[in-house]
Amino acid sequence: MTPVAPAELMEISMGPQHPSTHGVFRMDVSLDGERVMRLKPVFGYLHRNHEKIAEAASYLAAIPYTDRLDYLCSMTNNWGYALAVEKLAGLTVPERAEYIRVIVAELTRLQNHAGMVGFLLQDMGASGTPLMYAFRERERVLDLFEALSGARMMCNYMRFGGVRVDCSAEWLSKAGKLVANFGGFLDEFEQLLTGNEILMARTQGVGVLPRELAINAGVTGPGLRACGVNYDLRKVDLYGVYDRFQFRVPLGEHGDVFDRYMMRVLEMRESLRILEQALGDIPSGPVMDPKARLRGLRPKVGEAYGRIESPKGELGFYLISDGSPNPYRYRVRPPSLINLTVLEDMCIGQNIADVVVILGSIDIVMGEVDR
Amino acid sequence: MTLEEISSRLQAGIPGCQVELVVNGSPSAQNSLLIDREHGFAAAMLMRDQFGLDYCSNVTAVDWPDREKTEKVKSRQMVDGVEKEVEETKKTTIPGYLEVVYHLFSIEKKHGPVVVRMRTGNRTDDVALPSLTPVWRSAEFQEREAFDLFGVVFEGHPDLRRILMWEGFTDHPMRRDYVPPPDDDLELLGER
Repeated sequence: MTPVAPAELMEISMGPQHPSTHGVFRMDVSLDGERVMRLKPVFGYLHRNHEKIAEAASYLAAIPYTDRLDYLCSMTNNWGYALAVEKLAGLTVPERAEYIRVIVAELTRLQNHAGMVGFLLQDMGASGTPLMYAFRERERVLDLFEALSGARMMCNYMRFGGVRVDCSAEWLSKAGKLVANFGGFLDEFEQLLTGNEILMARTQGVGVLPRELAINAGVTGPGLRACGVNYDLRKVDLYGVYDRFQFRVPLGEHGDVFDRYMMRVLEMRESLRILEQALGDIPSGPVMDPKARLRGLRPKVGEAYGRIESPKGELGFYLISDGSPNPYRYRVRPPSLINLTVLEDMCIGQNIADVVVILGSIDIVMGEVDR
Repeated sequence: MTLEEISSRLQAGIPGCQVELVVNGSPSAQNSLLIDREHGFAAAMLMRDQFGLDYCSNVTAVDWPDREKTEKVKSRQMVDGVEKEVEETKKTTIPGYLEVVYHLFSIEKKHGPVVVRMRTGNRTDDVALPSLTPVWRSAEFQEREAFDLFGVVFEGHPDLRRILMWEGFTDHPMRRDYVPPPDDDLELLGER
């Protein structure tokens, strides 16, 4: 037999300027032909030490910085932070504000998931069309955010103890119209994508994540539920007023890219159900806790961990107060970063072209990964 | 399972394991368990396998520099022939340490958080703690971050490298006493 030299691995650096890496993110990949043998993510290109900045600012002044974490979902970032401060300082939130929070958070989920599906298809080579469809709808949601908060993406809208401004009846009816039309868009979107042969071929059985590994590696959000784990913080923690709405938690079976795609589509439909109920039941009243002191808040010495189900997973904030006007320790638990822990496990043995799809199915935003 | 139960079962299950309840004075009332670092790894295994805490959500470090505690001590002294009550301020130094905090949850039983902390001996040369990455993979990147930004050395971590700062950077920016280098020292700025 002729001795065969071990195949030489080719080292490739994907990124940081690769269009499929969703920002400045790099993967050091070792390839055997087209197969991935090793993959090491490299972070830090967008690092600005968000935590240090927030520790030097007052509790109120940290809110605009949270917008810049996951810059597609500023509303849910605000909520996660506000929730942690409310736990730390023992503040309550008026009912109307809780409803407004649910409405804007579910709108955020709609636009995030629609955008994520659009980008995933873009990564697969469906240039333009699905992404533009998704962005057309996303623009409508951003119009609503602009009317409510004055900004399309950096909303800076929530405060600990409530929300910054009340929404008008006109705004609510506009939101109702968007919700009524969104189902039609989803039908159209699914008709275009879900049964599509190319999409199925590129996603089914690709990037399979075993259930036990997903739990152990702290994967959260749609990525975890695609593995069939029933863990949605809206149901588990029942924060805000989520206990009042009827909705289901979609679960996957195989934990592959297709299931992760399907989770987003199904979650959008459940979000629409929550929105319909919230828009119908919203009570009148104040939107800020009158006892909440925004400026010069000095919580008692102690600590609190608050978490919400952001569109990308469990977004947590861990705060330690030493009784001064700024937090002694401010920590963000970024779902995007922790979901990347298993990127290598999902990619090994796959083709290099699938790495792009697998990364797209995790749904990361580098502003949150690098902080 | 309450923290007291976890604490007593840990002490019963691991000989020599010291567990202390750290009370949290804020309205959140999230108390935590301080576990000695020699038995931290064994305690984590026990918590995962027997107490159902299958999900480690958040891992982070906190820097506690040397603190001065001032106490006012009242004593009776003779001043100018008259006995008076004199107040003296006594200063004691609490030596600093780095602290690592883990927030544990149970996905199966849907409860939590169970907050676990471990402390290093000091902030300079005794900064090693056992890595819990072999127990919960979710700690992998977060412990790297604590190593990078705080300088906690995790023993047993499979791949302990800097994660956010660049290779060759030597300091730990999240320390309380960190002083950033002057602008013109930053190699990234280049020649101006």
